[in-house]
Amino acid sequence: MNFLDRLFGRRETPSAKTAKERLQFVLIHDRTDISPAVLEQLKDEIIAVISKHLEINRAGVEINLSQTQRENKLIANIPLIMGPGGSKKRKRDNR
Amino acid sequence: MTGKVLTITSGKGGVGKTTTTANIGVALAALGGRVVCIDGDIGLRNLDVVMGLENRIVYDIVDVVEGRARLRQAMIKDKRLPELNLIPAAQTRDKSAVSPADMIKICNELRPDFDWILIDSPAGIERGFRNSIAAADLILIVTNPEVSAVRDADRVIGLIEAEEKGPGQLIINRVKIDMVKRGDMLSTEDVLDILAVPLLGVIPDDEGILISTNRGAPAAMDEKSRSGQAFRDIARRLRGEDVPFMSLEDNRGFLQKLAARFGRNGA
Repeated sequence: MNFLDRLFGRRETPSAKTAKERLQFVLIHDRTDISPAVLEQLKDEIIAVISKHLEINRAGVEINLSQTQRENKLIANIPLIMGPGGSKKRKRDNR
Repeated sequence: MTGKVLTITSGKGGVGKTTTTANIGVALAALGGRVVCIDGDIGLRNLDVVMGLENRIVYDIVDVVEGRARLRQAMIKDKRLPELNLIPAAQTRDKSAVSPADMIKICNELRPDFDWILIDSPAGIERGFRNSIAAADLILIVTNPEVSAVRDADRVIGLIEAEEKGPGQLIINRVKIDMVKRGDMLSTEDVLDILAVPLLGVIPDDEGILISTNRGAPAAMDEKSRSGQAFRDIARRLRGEDVPFMSLEDNRGFLQKLAARFGRNGA
């Protein structure tokens, strides 16, 4: 951070924090040998499969690798589009 | 009791594996342990110069493997610390001159006569690394608080876990406390969060290391050296003592700092 930035109170994210976040991201992919491209493909296919049965908010779908200590998980967040009282697409008697 | 084989490795080169091996070897020997350090970096030998024993090499580890010398003939005794020994690497051969089975055989031959067998692994994850971890009872992973070193350390941790030699213990080397305070260097906690392995020691960044390497007298021999103290603490932890992690705060007085700034190192 230079003098002027400091004077006007502009604060960058500390570089160590950036380093930690970047490392955590890259290591998840290193450890699982799942590249961001594979994850993207997986996301498209999951959207396709689920869309056959349920109406979902495609733009809101998130598929992420997550880690706790040295354990890795695939976490999918798939928002459904639900009408009042249930799915728009599916009939209630199917539930 | 039979000797324990410790392998010092890192993945990335230049993080301080050889310096760490030499200093832990010195510190364990100073505490009365019978120590032999083996240079596992065949073709790029360096542990000899860092330990200051380069002028005394007659035979090396490849001579032992190929039957030209007995193990005892290749072993150089450090005159400063009578319990400290070195088995040098060959300089003119490559990693393939030694196999993992050779390393296991050599270590088994050494175990009855030594308390500690330290193997300085080469950088990388290929043959030399495989040779170096083959006989290990405990693997020490050296890293720096820096993205490429931490990433490589993570890779090595994964590999040693796959070999069922994990999880290993971590040494974070070259920590600059001022930069950590400013938020511009990964802290010990950050590195532990990311790597999730037990911590064995934290070594402050220290110009004195270069000076001690210049002289071939590892910092752990110098009672006044701060990084030397950090290595001595590691040696005591390896012996099973509960040693608190030292504060990395620079507690030198103003005049000492001023003197250091003007290039006086007090040696």
